[in-house]
This record gives sequence, structure tokens and C-alpha cells, in this order.
Amino acid sequence: MGAKMVNFGGWDMPVEYSGIVAEHMAVRTTAGLFDVSHMGEIEIYGSEAIALVQHVTCNDAWKLSDGQIQYSGLMTESGTFVDDILVHRLGPAHYFLCVNAANQDGDFEHIVTINRFAAEVDNVGERYSQLAIQGPRAREILQRLTAVELGLIRYYHFTRGAVEGVASLIARTGYTGEDGFEIYFSPEHSEKLWDRLLDAGASLGMIPCGLGARNTLRLEAGMCLYGNDIDRTTTVWEANLGWICHLEKGLFLGHDALARQQATGLQRILVGFEMTDRLIARDGYPVLSGERQVGRVTSGSPVPYLKKNIGMAYVPFDIRTPGTEIQIGVRGQMAGARIVKTPFYKRPK
Amino acid sequence: MYPANYKYSQEHEWVTLEGQTATIGITDYAQHSLGDVVFVELPKLGAKFSAGQTIGTVESVKAVSEIYSPVSLEVTEVNTALANTPEKINQDPHGAAWLVKGRATNPGELAKLMDAKAYEAYVAEKEKEAGA
Repeated sequence: MGAKMVNFGGWDMPVEYSGIVAEHMAVRTTAGLFDVSHMGEIEIYGSEAIALVQHVTCNDAWKLSDGQIQYSGLMTESGTFVDDILVHRLGPAHYFLCVNAANQDGDFEHIVTINRFAAEVDNVGERYSQLAIQGPRAREILQRLTAVELGLIRYYHFTRGAVEGVASLIARTGYTGEDGFEIYFSPEHSEKLWDRLLDAGASLGMIPCGLGARNTLRLEAGMCLYGNDIDRTTTVWEANLGWICHLEKGLFLGHDALARQQATGLQRILVGFEMTDRLIARDGYPVLSGERQVGRVTSGSPVPYLKKNIGMAYVPFDIRTPGTEIQIGVRGQMAGARIVKTPFYKRPK
Repeated sequence: MYPANYKYSQEHEWVTLEGQTATIGITDYAQHSLGDVVFVELPKLGAKFSAGQTIGTVESVKAVSEIYSPVSLEVTEVNTALANTPEKINQDPHGAAWLVKGRATNPGELAKLMDAKAYEAYVAEKEKEAGA
């Protein structure tokens, strides 16, 4: 396939196939196929499964019905991120978490250590492969390989069904800012499904996509990357992810710290910015305001669809307002940037 | 693939000499490793560099790469067309997308660089390492 490979958390992963720009544009205009089998999966089940899920995450899992998914945070006692995850409710006593590859074992240990409920926790990453079909034509392409009526699966919902005869969990989720699906199935079918999906989508312009485009797409859509934009040092409020935090649901790990921080106010917050001159901000570059360094870029890159150089950074709370001018230190030069609203890109409805 | 009249550095720049004028660019291997090039920063006219010094940067979507001058030179011309069409570096790295021309102040340095055959063997080895 001519893919450029990189080792990512023990997995040999393609960074790009035909090029990040071509892959990024394919996802925005037609469709792209990603092998994201490196993602981890953890199952929680038993009569008190919901109590355990509620205790370790900040979103309110009681709001889920069967077949529904929510974005959530796995919290430390300080209200910072052990990981950001997707919680799927398979049944009232059965939850399926999709977690970041590099965090899978740490997440599992974390959940097991604090499990004082009648709930079982299984680290099941090796039982699943995952493919993501993303883009405005994703549904049409996947529909060619399944009898499941995909139009009936609402955003952030899933169903079980066969794709090319392979038992799958078909979720209407993604990490690109486009409509699309993420399908989970037993690993022995990976090659077959990858090939069949590419065949089914080729005539519509679907191409294989690597980690490079996955990163530019999620950044353009304003989504956080664990390890860059969020980690064990950043709280859910600071990450501007308050919409996944429900203090009113009752006590959970990190609840008190988050309640205190909400009462005292934030020192810093994650914002999006775009460069106002031609220089490109990259991960780790210093952020300045009035000659003073106030933070660092957590994610920075050119993005092919908007054709802008954008990024995210934690900045002091009082300069968070869109329109505020900041500077980015680009290899010794001061480059102009402006805080903007996120997401940078929102797909047309 | 790699022109026989060029010399090549371990950092994947090429240089060719016509009279006293050296022309410098990055190799096909370099552009392929970088991926889609979106930005090029080139030196000012008249700037002087010793062999191995940074004369500019090439940025792709995913990475920044410094360009090292393979020989000592005084810059007489930069490829200004690349400012608006950086993608040319992916399309024609050994030709239209040359980066810098200058007066070679120590032409003897070219002898220390690899010829096309040696460079091809060098990148073949790199690719084997990456594949392993």
C-alpha cells in the first residue's frame, strides 16, 4: 500500500498512505477508512456496573439508554483525566468502554483498584478490531456491506449487526468532525473487512487514511487528544469540557476537587487559536501574551480543509475571549495568533 | 531517480555546481519522508553560511525539518516561487523546487559529499531500518 509506518504504543501504525492532505480532504468531501484497532476496549458488567461507571467517570451514565453512547472522562481524585473515553451501554448491567491505546492497561488498573461494587471489569482490547468509516459518503458505503438500516442509527448510538457476515458493533461515532461509523468486531476478520470496505468505497472516492490525517481532522474539529490537550494535570473544567461533567449526578472520583475548582474559579483554560501570519505553531511551542510566556501549545498544525495554521493551548482564564491577540514563539521568532471559537470546523448539516 | 551530476548530504540535501554557483535543494527521499510540504522559509540574499549550518526550514503538515547547507556559500538567489507553491517540493524536488543558489566559497567541500550511487545505497539502508 506504500504506507509510512510509525510505532504507536506498541502498534505499527500507518501515518499516511497517499498523503495527509489527500486523506484529510477525502474525509471532508467523500470518505476515508481508518484502521483504529489499536484503540482499547474495557467491559464492565454485573448488578452494580452502573454504580462503578458512575464512580469512575464524570459524565452521567444514568442518562444512557441501551444502544446509546456518551463521551466521558475517566477521572483522578483531583478531577483530572486518566483518559477520555466513549461509554457504550450494551444493557442495563453491561457497559463497553472505548479507551485510548496507550492508556488501556492504566485505565483497567485504575478502574479495578477502585472497584468496590458488585461489578466485573474485563480488559478486552485483544478481542476487538476497530475500523472507522468517516465522511459524508460513509453511510452509503457501509450500507453496501450490511443489511442493518444505518439511517436508523442516530448520532452517538449503536446497534449490533453483521457487516459482510461479520458480527459487529456498529456505532455512529468518530474522531473527524464528519458523519461516520466506528465498527468493532473480532480481529480475525480485520483484513477481510478492510479490503471489502475499500472496494465498496473506491468508486465514491474513499481512500485509506492514517494517523496523520486522523490528527489533523480531529484538531480541525476542535477535539482533544489525550497526552497533548488533556492528561492527569488538566481538569475537565480547564479542558473546556464542562459539558461532559455532571456534579449533580452524585459523588464520583474527582467530584469534590471539581466542585471546589468550580467555586474558586479557573486560572487557565484550553482555547483554540489561529495564526495571523504565515508561521506554523507546533506542539510544545510557547504561548505569549504581552511579552510574557503564559502557556504552551498543546496541539498545533496546518489543517488542510480550512487551509489555516491552528492550534490549541491553555491560556490564563482572563485572556480566553475569542478575538484576543496572542503570540506563539516559533523557533525564536514571535508569530501572531488570535484566540478563536472552537470547533474550528463544523460540518454542514 | 537521483541525478548523477548532483552531490548529496547525509541530511538529504543535494547540491550541484555550475562554475562557482551552487544550487541546493532537498532530495526526493526527504520530500517523501516529510509528506505534503506547506511552508518554506529561505535565507536572505547575501547571507553567508558554512557547510552544515541551517539555511532554512521546510514544513510539511506533520513536521518541521531544517535545511542544512551542504557546502559553504553566500546566497545570491532564493526560489521565491515556493512561497506560494510549496507543494512543488513534493512534485519536483530535484528540479523546479530548488531552494537556494549561491557562490560556493569552498568548492572543495563537494568532494566530501556522496555521489548519486552512494546516496541511493544510503537511503536504501535508511528504508531498510525504517521497515525493520
